[in-house]
Amino acid sequence: MSQSENKKNSNITMSSGKARNIEAAILKGLVFLATVVTFAVLLFLIAYILVNGIPNLTPGLFALTYNSENASMLPSIINTIIMTLLSLVIAVPFGIFSAIYLVEYAKRGNKFVKIIRLTTETLSGIPSIVYGLFGALFFVTALGWGYSILAGALTLAIMILPLVMRTTEEALKSVPDSYREGSFGLGAGKLRTVFRVVLPSAIPGILAGVILSVGRIVGETAALIYTAGAIPQVPSSIMGSGATLAVHMYNLSREGLYMDQAYAVAFVLLLLVLGMNALSSFVAKKLTKGQGQTNG
Amino acid sequence: MNKEKLMQAVFFIAACASVLAVALICVFLFANGIPAMQEIGLFKFLAGTHWKPGNDIYGILPMILGSIYVTAGAIIVGVPIGILTSIFMAHYCPKKIYPFLKSATELLAGIPSVVYGFFGLMVLIPFTRQVFRASNGSILAASLLLGVMILPTIIGVTESAIRSVPASYYEGALALGATPERSIFRVILPAAKSGVLAGVVLGIGRAIGETMAVVMVAGNQARMPAGILKGIRTMTANIVLEMGYAADLHREALIATGVVLFVFILIINFSVSMLNNRSTGEGKASKPKRRGEK
Repeated sequence: MSQSENKKNSNITMSSGKARNIEAAILKGLVFLATVVTFAVLLFLIAYILVNGIPNLTPGLFALTYNSENASMLPSIINTIIMTLLSLVIAVPFGIFSAIYLVEYAKRGNKFVKIIRLTTETLSGIPSIVYGLFGALFFVTALGWGYSILAGALTLAIMILPLVMRTTEEALKSVPDSYREGSFGLGAGKLRTVFRVVLPSAIPGILAGVILSVGRIVGETAALIYTAGAIPQVPSSIMGSGATLAVHMYNLSREGLYMDQAYAVAFVLLLLVLGMNALSSFVAKKLTKGQGQTNG
Repeated sequence: MNKEKLMQAVFFIAACASVLAVALICVFLFANGIPAMQEIGLFKFLAGTHWKPGNDIYGILPMILGSIYVTAGAIIVGVPIGILTSIFMAHYCPKKIYPFLKSATELLAGIPSVVYGFFGLMVLIPFTRQVFRASNGSILAASLLLGVMILPTIIGVTESAIRSVPASYYEGALALGATPERSIFRVILPAAKSGVLAGVVLGIGRAIGETMAVVMVAGNQARMPAGILKGIRTMTANIVLEMGYAADLHREALIATGVVLFVFILIINFSVSMLNNRSTGEGKASKPKRRGEK
């Protein structure tokens, strides 16, 4: 593509037929090449982890307690589950309630709504290491909790809040207004309409968002190292320190002594994330199908 | 009626949570980071070329440059591939395989960064070492890895920007005798410019904030960049590597590094929302019909 002929869109047709065809073929070739590269990289990455991970899955990796011989990942898996549940318990109500406020209650062009939108956008752009730093400063140091599952879970809850809010908002917005009008028409109050009519029909969308958040929690490392700590054992309470699977994997690969085990953990992590993604798109598909039925 | 009021208040308070969170993050980061900057001296801190915590020398210019180099590399790798792939997704992709490719890009976004980092450690580092004689961990390896990691962001945003260009633009170009490719590259892409740019800026944000993957492939030497085949340390890596054992001024200097990173991110966020405003403004003016069925 020569720049000189590109004055404005007015001369889009101004080149000889042959050159035009060659140019078209090159551009098309580039588009296809880039697409192949993108998806080949993904396939290679997945295949690489599968091929190297599966043979390294040994029973010792799922022993009840971690020691330097078995490098068991079971305690980290349990920590991951606790961490996920705890973060969701904190973030999901806040996320859903604020989405309800934004969609159902707030008036259009409200200044405060603009501030909320700005802050959620800011939150979703903050890198996880900054969340980790904040968690270490606030929960771990200022509140004096030390490295603990609770500090990690609260840090992650703030991190996934914008995701839960946005998906819930979209799910609520996709509920047709006729539902609300019908409910009001039958004499239901605003609150009853929200909880009995709007929320139930938005559940698949909300669920898809929640599952996506689970994927983010499971894969998160940087926000947890200095909030929940890196000890690969299940703590006695949520005030104790414990590494999740992703943090455990970082430790294994950093030490360089447990590469085989790191492959196995990478496989399990990838499997979890793949599963979460599949589940989320399945649920989301259910949502669109349900809509199709109500609209048609 | 009382219950209604009560719950409305509850919803309102929940909505305040995100505002409170941002306020807390700002207050705690700045309150803990700025004193260190004052103690070290703002200029010495930002423009100092040496980071030697053992001698109380804290200059983060190498890390700032490290972040910028690695991000620029990721953009060079990721943006062309991402934009071209999104053109495929929006225009060439057969309907039957579209859902698979769409979920593949979502998967690419969902893979945890430590898995990317591990892949880089085991595959990219040996590869760059053998082919380019790069050192163990280099700007090159980090750029390649980050370039892949920002692909889903760029593909997603660019694809929807391309789809929101009215179909009449494309048809008009075809009617004037342009080839489909020329119509896409000379008419649709320029029309989707601000959306594409927003995607690129979002990609920059992801690349500059990425931590775990970069730590595992960038080499992490705290010195001025010495070529793309040599190692570098980013701001994010600096925090992760040393936060575990740092104390006193060293710890505060790390938090101050986080503050600098945070300011970078705020600037990037701000430009994204500016770009988004501009693209929705354009959209309103021309009332776009959505292309295809999405």
